[in-house]
Amino acid sequence: MTTAWVLVVIVGVVTVALKGAGPLLLGGRSLPAPVESVLALLAPAMLAALLVIQTVTSEGAVVLDARLAGVGAAAVALALRAPLVVAVLLAAVVAAAVRALGM
Amino acid sequence: MDRIATSRARRWQGGARTAAPLGIAVALFGVAFGVLAQEAGLGPLPTLAMSLTTFAGSAQLAAVAVVDAGGGLAAAVGAAALLNSRYLPMGIAVAPVAEGGPLARVLGAQLMIDESWALAHTREGLDWWRLLGAGGVLYLAWALGTAAGLLAGQALADPAALGLDAAFPALFLGLLWPWLRRRRTAVVAALAGGIALVLTPVLPEGLPLLAAATVALLGLRGAR
Repeated sequence: MTTAWVLVVIVGVVTVALKGAGPLLLGGRSLPAPVESVLALLAPAMLAALLVIQTVTSEGAVVLDARLAGVGAAAVALALRAPLVVAVLLAAVVAAAVRALGM
Repeated sequence: MDRIATSRARRWQGGARTAAPLGIAVALFGVAFGVLAQEAGLGPLPTLAMSLTTFAGSAQLAAVAVVDAGGGLAAAVGAAALLNSRYLPMGIAVAPVAEGGPLARVLGAQLMIDESWALAHTREGLDWWRLLGAGGVLYLAWALGTAAGLLAGQALADPAALGLDAAFPALFLGLLWPWLRRRRTAVVAALAGGIALVLTPVLPEGLPLLAAATVALLGLRGAR
C-alpha cells in the first residue's frame, strides 16, 4: 500500500471511531441526569467556539479579515429577525465584497 | 406508511431541506480539497476515498497539508485526530436519540459534521432523522465537490473569493442566536468562545474546540 492509502485508511478509521463511539456504545439509551444536563449545554458551547474559530482565526493565529465583516452583517440581519438563510447569504456576499474591494 | 415512518420521513426532509442551501458552499470547499489533495500528490482515488470515508473537511485538509509539508504520516494522522476529537462528545450527545441497530447507528453517525449536527438541533433537542437528512445532503455535496475538484482542478472558483468562508460561521451564529436569549446558555457561549479565542494561538488546531466543549460541564452545577 502506498503512503496515500495508508493515510486515507488510518484517518478514516480514526474518524469513524470518533464519530461512531457514542451512538454505538450509548445508542438509544437515556443517559444519567447529570450527563444529560452537561450535554444540553454542549450545543451553545460548540456553536460559540466554532463561530469564534471560523470568524477570527486562521491556521492557529488570530486573523481579522473580511470574514468578520460578513459575520457582523449576519448578526445585524439576525437582530432584525431575518431568516437564517438570508443571514448566511448576506455574510458570504459582504465578505466577498470586502475582499473584492481589497479591504 | 404508518405514522412513525411518516414522521421520520418528514424530519429527514426537514433536515435535508435546511441543509440544501449550504450544500453549495460545502461542495465548493470539496472542490478546494480536491485541488489541494491533487497538488499534494495524494492521487485521485485516495482523495475521493478520503472524502467518502472521513467526511470531515478540516481534518482532511489538515492531514493533506501536513503530508504536503513533509510532516510525515504520524503527524498527519495526529493533526486529523485532534481536529476530529470534538466528534466524540458530539456523538455522545447524539447517542440517546440514535435509532436502529449498532451498524445503523455507527453509519448514521458518520453523517455528523459540525453543520449537520448543529442543524439537527430543534426546540425539543437533537433529532436523529434531521441529522441524517442534513448530513446526507452535505455528504453528497462534499463527495461531488471533491470529484469536481479532481476533474476540473483550478478552473473552479476559490471559495474564499465568493465569501463562503464567512457563510459557515454565520450559520453557527444563526443557530447560536436562540441560546443567547437565555442567561445560562449565553454565559456558556461567551465562556466557550473566549476559551477558543485565547487557546487558538497556543494549542494545536482542534484542541481549543475540545477545551471549549468542557464549558458544558457547567451543566453539573445547578442542574435540574
